[in-house]
Amino acid sequence: MKIVMAIIKPFKLEEVRDALTGLGVHGLTVTEVKGYGRQKGHTEIYRGAEYAVSFLPKIKIEVAVSNDLVGKVIDAITGAARTGQIGDGKIFVSSIECAVRIRTGETDQDAL
Amino acid sequence: MFKILRSGAALAGLSAIGAATLLSAGPALAQAAATPVPNKGDTAFMMIATVLVLLMTIPGLALFYGGLVRSKNMLSVLTQVFAIVCITMLIWVTYGYSLAFTNGGGLNDFVGGFSKAFLAGVDANSVAATFSNGVVIPEYVYIVFQMTFACITPALIVGAFAERMKFSALVLFSVLWVTFIYLPMAHMVWYWVGPDGIAAAAKAVAEAGTDVAKKAAAEAALVAVKADAGLLFQWGALDFAGGTVVHINAGIAGLVGCIVLGKRIGYGKELMAPHSLTMTMIGAALLWVGWFGFNAGSNLEANGTAGLAMINTFVATAAAAVAWLFVEWAAKGKPSLLGMVSGAVAGLVAVTPAAGFAGPMGCIALGLVSGAVCFVFCSTVKNSFGYDDSLDVFGIHAVGGILGAIGTGILVNTALGGAGIPDYESKPGELAVGAYAFGTVVWTQTKAVLFTIAWTGIGSFILYKIVDAVIGLRVTAEQEREGLDIAEHGERAYNY
Repeated sequence: MKIVMAIIKPFKLEEVRDALTGLGVHGLTVTEVKGYGRQKGHTEIYRGAEYAVSFLPKIKIEVAVSNDLVGKVIDAITGAARTGQIGDGKIFVSSIECAVRIRTGETDQDAL
Repeated sequence: MFKILRSGAALAGLSAIGAATLLSAGPALAQAAATPVPNKGDTAFMMIATVLVLLMTIPGLALFYGGLVRSKNMLSVLTQVFAIVCITMLIWVTYGYSLAFTNGGGLNDFVGGFSKAFLAGVDANSVAATFSNGVVIPEYVYIVFQMTFACITPALIVGAFAERMKFSALVLFSVLWVTFIYLPMAHMVWYWVGPDGIAAAAKAVAEAGTDVAKKAAAEAALVAVKADAGLLFQWGALDFAGGTVVHINAGIAGLVGCIVLGKRIGYGKELMAPHSLTMTMIGAALLWVGWFGFNAGSNLEANGTAGLAMINTFVATAAAAVAWLFVEWAAKGKPSLLGMVSGAVAGLVAVTPAAGFAGPMGCIALGLVSGAVCFVFCSTVKNSFGYDDSLDVFGIHAVGGILGAIGTGILVNTALGGAGIPDYESKPGELAVGAYAFGTVVWTQTKAVLFTIAWTGIGSFILYKIVDAVIGLRVTAEQEREGLDIAEHGERAYNY
């Protein structure tokens, strides 16, 4: 089992969800986050006060999948979230030691 | 609204001044003494204008300011504005109205007396003079209309030291400020005997004929009636709806306040972006709507001059909003909502003293200038001097008020489409247009501005120091970091 965590542009969320649903992924966790990478921030001006805003709003999605699905999930996210511009985001994959479905107590692969 | 005093009281004052004059001018006085009855249209108009000024303050000003602070201080601003409004109302009916709008005896140049404390002698039949001979409104309506002005003025100051002042200190400061700064200022600018008092005395002079003694006595009585007014009114300062009394007064008090209190922690280093420009836009729009009560209502009767004040309140505001929008667009690269609504407020401030005196085209010019100049003060001057006037009370209200006060002196000229200098004397019983001398009028306006700056600047400084000594002006650094909503009021604006 792997957990795929992706940071994407907020307006790409629906496309990514559709692509993952198409693969048979049944669950997805979404968090609103802020951060910076290579994409520069922007300047906000309020009357005389100018602020350089370096943390930009992004969406973090987390999806737990079986090992054989990881490649397809990465491809799906990459395909749906890409605009070709700086700031499209990143994908990180890590292993899951254990998974439990709270309602039934099922574990690991059955719990996904 | 540079007016006051019941016509009946004016006549009483006249009779006290010279019984001989009174006798000789018997017929004229008998005629004027027929107590006018309030017109129902005027009364209804003034009642609506009064609640419109309340609307300006709560929620208008409160939301305008509230949206501009960080979310952790939203409630503190709303609470401060609402509390000031309520406290000032109680001050007004107990001693405020009396100190502003009665004869103050030996101190009459500066402040009124206590003859109407607790509204003594006022009942539903009492009337207050307007700007037209023989036209009055119920005194209760006049009292509450003026009350709303007293309420909004200290609330304006809140913006200068927002996000760092102790609530208890604010309450004490507001009580002191209304008492020692606002009430005398309102008296100095707006207290006079009213058109009927002037007309009766002027008529007596005209009818004194060739009898030298009679004429001298009548003239002395006229001088005395004219002298029964606040200092700035006697100077001839023109302030239709409160450029000096409200805006310069509050704006300078704000500047002094933000300097005395010092900058907010993190000012210039941390992000202090407004938490909701949506609220600010709602507030600014409510300010504009309410300002029709403020400006048109200051005419005290529903007639053509109220209409003039109304159209001016539209066009000056629009011009100033457009001016700020485009100047900012050119200077900073983007046209901002906050810039546009700030410009609108600057235009409203500038047109306040001019509303019933200048013409609509003059007010467009006034609006354009005030929008552009206030932009420079808020975006450049503030940064170069480094004072932390959180919500630009000085940059918009003081600067806009000063531009408006001086501009009124220029634009009142009938040659520029203005209404002209009001003259109640040359044709007793009607309002004539007095002679206009550019230098004299503009100097009088400038003098009034300088006097106001000194009065509120020095007075407010002393009051801040007193409050600092008694209570302490600022919250602790820890409380300021936490936000005044939790630290001072134990609640938060938004619970998601």
